[in-house]
Amino acid sequence: MEIDPFIFRLSIFVLSIFVGYYVVWSVTPSLHTPLMSVTNAISSVIIVGAIVAASGLDSENSFDLSNILGLVAITLAAINIFGGFLVTQRMLKMYKKKKKGKVK
Amino acid sequence: MTSNLSALLYLISGILFILALRGLSSPETSRRGNFFGISGMAIAIIVTFLSIDILFNGLLFIICALIIGGFIGTIFAYKISMTAMPQLVAGFHSLVGLAAVLVALSAFYNPETFDLGTVNNIKTANLIEMSIGASIGAITFTGSIIAFLKLQGLMSSAPIVFKGQHFINLLIGIGIVFLIIYLTAEQNNQIFWTLIIISCLIGVLLIIPIGGADMPVVISMLNSYSGWAAAGIGFTLENTALIITGALVGSSGAILSYIMCKGMNRSFFSVILGGFGGTDLTLQKNKDKKPVKNGNAEDAAFLMKNASSVIIVPGYGMAVAQAQHALKEMADNLKKNGVKVSYAIHPVAGRMPGHMNVLLAEANVPYDEVFEQENINNEFANTDVAFVIGANDVTNPVAKTDPKSSIYGMPILDVEKSKSVLFVKRSLSPGYAGIDNELFYRDNTLMLFADAKKMTEDIVKNLN
Repeated sequence: MEIDPFIFRLSIFVLSIFVGYYVVWSVTPSLHTPLMSVTNAISSVIIVGAIVAASGLDSENSFDLSNILGLVAITLAAINIFGGFLVTQRMLKMYKKKKKGKVK
Repeated sequence: MTSNLSALLYLISGILFILALRGLSSPETSRRGNFFGISGMAIAIIVTFLSIDILFNGLLFIICALIIGGFIGTIFAYKISMTAMPQLVAGFHSLVGLAAVLVALSAFYNPETFDLGTVNNIKTANLIEMSIGASIGAITFTGSIIAFLKLQGLMSSAPIVFKGQHFINLLIGIGIVFLIIYLTAEQNNQIFWTLIIISCLIGVLLIIPIGGADMPVVISMLNSYSGWAAAGIGFTLENTALIITGALVGSSGAILSYIMCKGMNRSFFSVILGGFGGTDLTLQKNKDKKPVKNGNAEDAAFLMKNASSVIIVPGYGMAVAQAQHALKEMADNLKKNGVKVSYAIHPVAGRMPGHMNVLLAEANVPYDEVFEQENINNEFANTDVAFVIGANDVTNPVAKTDPKSSIYGMPILDVEKSKSVLFVKRSLSPGYAGIDNELFYRDNTLMLFADAKKMTEDIVKNLN
């Protein structure tokens, strides 16, 4: 009997939970805030769904409701992607090690 | 682009996201990690563009939406102050939630685009995944808005409880399950909308009873929800990148919630059920009787200058007063006098996980001077001065001694063991847990009543 492709996706999902579990435990507590902002940014990969949703524009150039919902979703996800990654970068730049010798 | 190729590329972008989180295991590798994350996102977006049939006009609209969103996001990222980080993250969570709802709705109205069947005839499995994604997305959306309002101070952070609350939540929860089942039998718009609306409602109801002190848990929990919502949509769209990311984010938020609960010695359920903090005033009736030692900046400067080691314990009060820069100046000054300075961070200090670390990093405090509770707690006994600035409950010895106290069992920083304790605080008022801190009345404690920033600046003046 053939295996339903759903089972494959479920396997990916379950394995990813385990990967996530071990990876996140190895994150140093001092970087927990950047962790939250970066997970925020990457969860906005939902934008791929939004792009597909918005793409269904037909040849008469008219939007239906589902295209508009997709466009709004793209905007929201883009806020998150740019905002999330950039704010993470901004924070990570601030983490500095002690300079050798005297601190000014 | 063939669908096999795009599936492989989505897998690569999922792996890059894993590497992005992996990079956060140390500050040195973290920047590279963030770069991996950005690359993963870029790959996912480009692959999506290449694998859809799209007319030029449609493309134009999509690019416009991307640019508008990107522009707004960039402004937020650069304008936001580090103190306001918890609000920003809560706001971002709500956007992920709403985006998930919109994508699910769009797929429901137009399943052909996603290859899910035809209108009113969507495959059952897809329909279930879609409705779960939409429901969790809606909960994340409204829950995060409430969290945002509370953190931003637009809504009282005191818990809102009413009779029968848990019963109503339970009913709604059952209602959601029922609606999803009903939807598989009869696909119509009304049911789907009802599902989304009651999910929005339960999002509000779940967060309003949770008080200010539990905010770090709430925000981590919503982080987790946003991940599960994304995963739900990922299953619907059969997209590996989305499934992997959803699982990563979901488990990340869950772990953070767990760490936060442990930091407060509270069970996850008691946090969810809410009603903690802010109202428990009965315990502090006799506080007026006890005398406290009241000091000024001069005393504090003298004490610390002559100490050989000082541990600084920052809390949310430091964030509110924006005292981190003054604090760094004070620490530098002390170091010039040969005093060993380190920082002790309690897991739940601040309003979100790691909040204090970011604020100190912003003030250029080197991260190897900042220690987590378990790494520094033994040091207090050998320390001359503990300088507590804006923290309260996390230093309260009652957590160890009084089983009746609401914070009993919470791991605290052993500030009491140091030779003397300096407490910068605006008044004797209790912290978020609503209980009195007996440390205030100890002989070796000196209270410095002032705004955290002003007091620190005065100490710096006196050190010079």
